[in-house]
Amino acid sequence: MNTPAVTASAARAYKSDVKPVWCPGCGDFTVLSSITKAFAELELPPEQIAVISGIGCSSRAPAYLNTYGFHGVHGRATALATGLKLARPDLTVVVTGGDGDGFSIGGNHFLHACRRNVDLTYVVMDNRVYGMTKGQPSPTTEPDWDSALTPGGTGLRAFNPLVIALASGANFIARGFSGDPNGTAQLIVEAIKTPGFSFVEVLSPCVTFRPDQREWRTMVRPAPVSPTHDIGSAARRLMTDDGFNLGVLYTGNRAPYQPPRKTAPATPSEIERQFAV
Amino acid sequence: MSENGSQSNSVSIALTGSGGAGVITAGAMLLDAAARAGCYGLFVRSSGPQIRGGEAAAMVRLSAQHVEAQDDVFHILIGLDWHNIERFAVELPLATDSLVIADPANGPPPAVIVKTGARIVELHLKDMAKEIPQGRPNMIALGLVAGLTGLAEDALKAALAKVLGSKRSTALQASLAAVQAGIAAAAGVGFDRRLPAAANSGHGRWQISGNQAAGLGAIRGGVRFVAAYPITPATEVLEWLAANLTKVGGTLVQAEDELASINMIIGASYGGTPALTATSGPGLALMTESIGLAVASEVPIVVIDVMRGGPSTGIPTKSEQSDLNIALFGLHGDAPHIVVAPTSIANCVFTANWAVHLAESMQVPTLLLSDQFLGQSRAIIEPPADLAFATRRLTAEITESTAAGYQRYALAAGGVSPMAIPGTPGGQYTADGLEHTPRGMPSSQVADHMSQLDKRRDKILGFEYGDHWADIAGDAESELAVITWGSAAGPVREALSRLRARGQVFRLIAPRLLAPASPTRMAAALRGVKRALVIEQSHSAQFFHYLKGYFDLPCPVASYHRPGPLPLRPHELVEQIAKWSAA
Repeated sequence: MNTPAVTASAARAYKSDVKPVWCPGCGDFTVLSSITKAFAELELPPEQIAVISGIGCSSRAPAYLNTYGFHGVHGRATALATGLKLARPDLTVVVTGGDGDGFSIGGNHFLHACRRNVDLTYVVMDNRVYGMTKGQPSPTTEPDWDSALTPGGTGLRAFNPLVIALASGANFIARGFSGDPNGTAQLIVEAIKTPGFSFVEVLSPCVTFRPDQREWRTMVRPAPVSPTHDIGSAARRLMTDDGFNLGVLYTGNRAPYQPPRKTAPATPSEIERQFAV
Repeated sequence: MSENGSQSNSVSIALTGSGGAGVITAGAMLLDAAARAGCYGLFVRSSGPQIRGGEAAAMVRLSAQHVEAQDDVFHILIGLDWHNIERFAVELPLATDSLVIADPANGPPPAVIVKTGARIVELHLKDMAKEIPQGRPNMIALGLVAGLTGLAEDALKAALAKVLGSKRSTALQASLAAVQAGIAAAAGVGFDRRLPAAANSGHGRWQISGNQAAGLGAIRGGVRFVAAYPITPATEVLEWLAANLTKVGGTLVQAEDELASINMIIGASYGGTPALTATSGPGLALMTESIGLAVASEVPIVVIDVMRGGPSTGIPTKSEQSDLNIALFGLHGDAPHIVVAPTSIANCVFTANWAVHLAESMQVPTLLLSDQFLGQSRAIIEPPADLAFATRRLTAEITESTAAGYQRYALAAGGVSPMAIPGTPGGQYTADGLEHTPRGMPSSQVADHMSQLDKRRDKILGFEYGDHWADIAGDAESELAVITWGSAAGPVREALSRLRARGQVFRLIAPRLLAPASPTRMAAALRGVKRALVIEQSHSAQFFHYLKGYFDLPCPVASYHRPGPLPLRPHELVEQIAKWSAA
């Protein structure tokens, strides 16, 4: 994997002067830096980028960027981004959010965003916990993780977002780690460059409610195999990995969704003729 | 006038049959033929909840004048069959001088029809159809109606040809033969109501449903992005737009649910493209959180709610005006927004156009309350003028010197602040549902909350809505006023015109602008009025309570209200208004 050939100052130009609400040591700081590095490497004009989010710690990202942004309601970011991208195909539209926002309340939109395959990049900072509401289990939380809301754990199997993304039709699937900002930036670069819906799960520890996730640093590894275009082997790989293989795990060749457009539009008065007696 | 007071210059016809019998097709052809013959008309479809095979009724009223309501009774009822007639006979009021045509093949006429006292004539419709190769009973019925009412054959032939294709088409030949058989059979029936003589050919008029009209108004207003999730009875707005929006260079996308469709249009509008969705009560309920987002982030959108009976799944195929409360009050927090309602099928064009204008001008979500009656009925109308509003969203012009100081939510006079459209260099900001500073940064400060709440309120209170805020008609000197809204305005207007014929005059006020409340405008419209009656189609008198709570009404106000699914009929309102005015 290449180190992004961009200077820190070029990346910094994409950051706003707003101080994040995140806890010191939160993984999201470096994911934010990976995002700006990716923009810098792609040399995207900031006014041509829109970063869309829902609600949660990681969904605060748009305000920390010097791009256009939309911090909407909980769970609906991919839908809002879909409308924006379809209306404005010239923009680079990136969605950021967390595991609760994307896979629980936003689960249906996640499925259909993958299926629709609009040219979006979806970066999910997965810390397997609701942080903003002070520590409740999300769909990716381990079944025995204890919390005030679910004493003794949920007892529920964790959701595997990458498998769901593959089954639902995402055209690019990758996993990054906040402790590897350059690697993650490169994944985001590839995700933006790949047409269609690109899904990047970034393991991003919550130091406050999941201090155990500090161990992730020792658990992640580059995926032992190179990216595949074969959906069958991708399915096998994603179903059987332990959730800590990093890198591009699948790229497809589905054409992005683009509704039909007329090059020479009619006027409203022309279409009104259909009503004439 | 007949004993029920129905007007002698119109003829009302109902065709009933199970789904697939073709009564809706025959009804549509009848309306088209009458339009070509120079009549005005209204075509109301009634169908049960079944997907296929349920009961259906085509209800057509034809007149020399514009019609906006169903009549009190049907003058002609033709039963192709009587499938489930007990369920909807109440929608087909008959008088003793009504004519019912029944096919003995379906057994004896149902008791629910016999007990009306209407004259029943038995005709072997199915057998008549069988004698014609590919002949169908619905076309025999169409011919009967034409023969009974004196509908011009040329107009009927043209209407058939429009649907069934060229003269050589066997379907057209079979239908024409069946229609001829029906006309011939009508000669022996005896019926004295004729279609009114038309002043002209009807050329230049339109035939349109309220759902199509709302779609057209949206396109006229500049909507170029639509997100769609199907729901009865709003689906036709979306289907019409699917076929026509791309013609004007727009985009329609089917969403996975209403939560997605509302957010898709917010995204598209944030990107600078005027955007709309259409739904009904259950969908509106799902959308309300995100409509609040559009209020807070000041993104213009239009949501059309084609109301049906509620609550919950309610009565999806029948009309009711019971989503007023959720439209006015359904958003959490203090969330000023616009609610408008068309006052007729034809007016759906204007009101949808105006809704887009209001949304774009004030950067505010605008809800348009139509209903199943307005949406799914077809009318023959004069082409609605295109008012061509100079609609323009206030966008930000950013220069190098202003870029650093750009404030998306600046506290501008009037409350509307320039919106930077993505792609504009130097205009970058984050639209936010969090309370924010003028620059758009999240804030929970007292001063920011207060000033942004004020800004969002002031921009809609200070807007110049003009005379469009209400339809005001009748005698400006009258001391009695009727206040109504939406689809109730049609039957109210007809009731008032019948009362005028008796020498009783009233003032009519039908607000098109429902929110923000317009107490000053209403007080001016009621100047000199001693008493007012509020008429609406809701069980809990939602409109009445809204007027009482949010308007300074200078006079005592009474209420006449009832829920759907039965339409408000003119004679019912004549009776209620007369009773109230005599009290």
